[in-house]
Amino acid sequence: MSRRPLVRECPPTSWYFRQPRYLRYMSREITSIFVGAYCVLLVVGLQRLSAGPAAWDGFLLALRSPASVVFQFLALVAAVYHAATWFNATQKAMPLQIGEDFVPGNIISGAHYVAWGVLSVVVLFLAGVF
Amino acid sequence: METFTTDVAIIGAGGAGLRAAIALAETDPRLRIALISKVYPMRSHTCAAEGGAAGVIKPDDSFDLHFDDTVGGGDWLSDQDCVEYFIHEAPKELLQLEHWGCPWNREADGSVAVRPFGGMKKKRTWFAADKSGFHILHTLFQTSLQFPTITRYDEYYALDLLVDDGRCQGVTAMEMRSGELRQIHAKAVIIAGGGAGRMFPFSTNGAIKTGDGMAMAYRAGAPLKDMEFVQYHPTGLPNTGSLLTEACRGEGGILVNKHGRRYLQDYGMGPETPVGQPQLKTMELGPRDRVSQAYWHELQKGNTVTTQWGECVLLDMRHLGEKKINERLPLVRELAEAYLGVDIVKEAVPIRPVVHYMMGGISTNTAAATPLPGLFAAGECACVSLNGANRLGSNSLVELLVFGRRAALSAIEHVQGLPAPNAAALNAHAEKTQQRIGELFSRTNGTESMSGLRREMQETMEKNVGIYRTEEGLQEGVSKIHELRQRYRRVKLTDKSSVFNTDLFQVLELGSMLDCAEAVTVGALARKESRGAHQRLDYVERDDRNFLRHTMVHHQGMDSPRVDYLDVVITKSPPGVRDYSGDHK
Amino acid sequence: MTPLKERLVQLEVLRYYPDTDTEAHFQTYEVVCQEEWVVLDALNKIKADIDPTLNYRWSCHMAVCGSCGMMINGEPKLSCHAFLREYEGVIRVEPLAHFPVERDLVTAPDDFMEKLKRVKPYVIPKEIKPISEGEYKQTPAQLMKFRQYSMCINCMLCYAACPQYGLTPSFIGPAALTLAHRYNQDSRDGGRKERQEVVATHEGVWECTFVGACSEVCPAHVDPASALQQMKITSSIDWIVEHLIPGGKS
Repeated sequence: MSRRPLVRECPPTSWYFRQPRYLRYMSREITSIFVGAYCVLLVVGLQRLSAGPAAWDGFLLALRSPASVVFQFLALVAAVYHAATWFNATQKAMPLQIGEDFVPGNIISGAHYVAWGVLSVVVLFLAGVF
Repeated sequence: METFTTDVAIIGAGGAGLRAAIALAETDPRLRIALISKVYPMRSHTCAAEGGAAGVIKPDDSFDLHFDDTVGGGDWLSDQDCVEYFIHEAPKELLQLEHWGCPWNREADGSVAVRPFGGMKKKRTWFAADKSGFHILHTLFQTSLQFPTITRYDEYYALDLLVDDGRCQGVTAMEMRSGELRQIHAKAVIIAGGGAGRMFPFSTNGAIKTGDGMAMAYRAGAPLKDMEFVQYHPTGLPNTGSLLTEACRGEGGILVNKHGRRYLQDYGMGPETPVGQPQLKTMELGPRDRVSQAYWHELQKGNTVTTQWGECVLLDMRHLGEKKINERLPLVRELAEAYLGVDIVKEAVPIRPVVHYMMGGISTNTAAATPLPGLFAAGECACVSLNGANRLGSNSLVELLVFGRRAALSAIEHVQGLPAPNAAALNAHAEKTQQRIGELFSRTNGTESMSGLRREMQETMEKNVGIYRTEEGLQEGVSKIHELRQRYRRVKLTDKSSVFNTDLFQVLELGSMLDCAEAVTVGALARKESRGAHQRLDYVERDDRNFLRHTMVHHQGMDSPRVDYLDVVITKSPPGVRDYSGDHK
Repeated sequence: MTPLKERLVQLEVLRYYPDTDTEAHFQTYEVVCQEEWVVLDALNKIKADIDPTLNYRWSCHMAVCGSCGMMINGEPKLSCHAFLREYEGVIRVEPLAHFPVERDLVTAPDDFMEKLKRVKPYVIPKEIKPISEGEYKQTPAQLMKFRQYSMCINCMLCYAACPQYGLTPSFIGPAALTLAHRYNQDSRDGGRKERQEVVATHEGVWECTFVGACSEVCPAHVDPASALQQMKITSSIDWIVEHLIPGGKS
């Protein structure tokens, strides 16, 4: 007899249960569905707006329905989670070298959080919250 | 049995084997090259070398100084024509590696940085943090991937050289994953199979360093030279034997005994130098043989520290500071932390001498040629007589390169105009290998266990062929190894399967180690003097009148080997006194 | 001095013997170990004293040769660097995931070896310089730019950790791509364009979905995930320059 290598397949539908880190990865990927759905919602809103005041009012009313509020809450949580994973990833994707040393990763990620905060304030300001 | 035909076969794909392969491919792109190794090239033990590689590069250094350090460090057992060739080739080879991408540490101006090393009068050790061997190996391996004429036979265990018509013409090997035997016919063979430190129980060497290349050449009629010179590295982790590089001391680490005394000053390596300001070629930067021997004396005097891992001395690097340790010695910090639970930034680390390197090996001349035509050797498996009786740290990584390349050039010269091989004769020789392996499988009277024999061999070597040796102990060593070789004929192969049978390879490796162990013990018994790493309590002086000669051990089948001698080549440095007492006397 | 502590360790090791087996099975061994040992020490004791037919690779015992990668309790590890003190109960030892098993804990790394070659992991010089003219100057900062990525020991733990490689075996994978990045970042090298033919493809960096497991399991602190994301950015910039900027086609 000679060699007969055994191939142990990676189960295509259940592999992410093998490791907590795979589950974390999948949860990050799933949040993008909510982020995407919310984007669709915004596009629908724009379309309603262009269709006149009645359509727009109907849209606003629909947004206040309990199901819609639940969805928006979930989308917000998902977007925050997704953004956090994204910002945490920036230190890997964009390492910054100054001289011989690299800027510590938490400073790079931290800078993104700060920028996020500042931009959020600006948006809220433009929206007339303050 | 399937046969492959090639021009040059290289056995071993570590630093020397890869350097040889690249030199062959670059020099003559028409040559077919077979690179055979029992492991994938990047697993070769070159990867474990830490400190660096010596080559004259800085303006304050000179070839003469490197020559003097090497010859004196080797206690005048080095062939001086070889040393001369080596020191001139060294910087070229290190530069070549630089051009191939080796990540050498740098000075601020972008030139390569050098660090101090034991027994060297100038800073001349090129380094890549404390993973120099690792980077050299991977640079060579990755560079070799661009040459289509190099055919690799990864995980082929080489068995016997094919010798016909007085020439080496190939090798038999087993494909480990299938268990199939192959013949590789070649016009020239280069052995680059590494050392044999696994003969000893406590060693820095990886599991693969079992002297297969040495034993193969020895069985085929090439003598082993100066095998009694076994280097103990002074600073090994006391439990795993992992190496803590000499660069620990090069960067300023100190050795102290249980009283906190820097005891090296009591053994001809003083006076004491200020802590944190290492001075070249004295105290902690003495040569390895002397530093390891000093431990033994401290042990006799009861000055060692008793730890749960045995008697140790302390290597203290705390004064180097965390930044320097992380930059220059990151691996050392990791090893000590992981395996011993000691953070070298905060604590002194207990260490003890550990078997590290074989100065001896297959006898070669400066052209890397063995006395057997068509057979060349380079690296730790060879004894080209660069290192004499004691190798200086950071000369061996360069030796791989210089003599790996040299072996390739010599092989190219050899293969020109050779007559066609007599295939029938080679087949007949290969049949013998097949029978030898077949007999192991069909053996029914196997009574000896592989691991039992191995344990006895290792205990014998440690007890009788250690840092200090005596007539009585060596006699015991010789007869015990002889006995083990006889008993090895009844070793039992438990695993009779064909696919990746590591039981089989361990049995074969044990055979190689026993052959090497015999050469070590017989050579040590016959050398009635103390020189370099061979120290005898009953002959405490160096004896240039009788032993300024290389020990040559010739294989005689199951009988005791024949020993004769070869004069050392002295060109310009007559034997003198080894002085490690520093500048201020 | 207190003597070294001992402990009875139970190992559940995957066995596969191609001559007779069609399936792999687990075999349990009990072995007395020192508390400070690693899993490899336990395997070595089993091989020497209990079962010589158990097969695995190892050599350096200091986490630098990369031979002894295995799945230990489902996690890719070098067995010489998997400390018994970190495990309780039965320790499950399996061959590296995502590679064909030759026998017991021995896998076939052929696919990785082939991919390593494809990324051209060697200096393709920017300018040819003879040895006689000395070294290429490289400042410590230029060295640091790639040094981390030159630390890869080719142990393939990252391949065993990467689900993308497990699901799509044509993926060039973390270690090989990281070595491409290592040479791309080297001041002596001018071969990035050649490597892009392999790197900037669907089998190259674009197969990576940034699970990040490679970096978490890397025993040499190489951070392949970082290298791959950086290459995605540079590859994207290449694309933009080539397709969107007039005259940017190289």
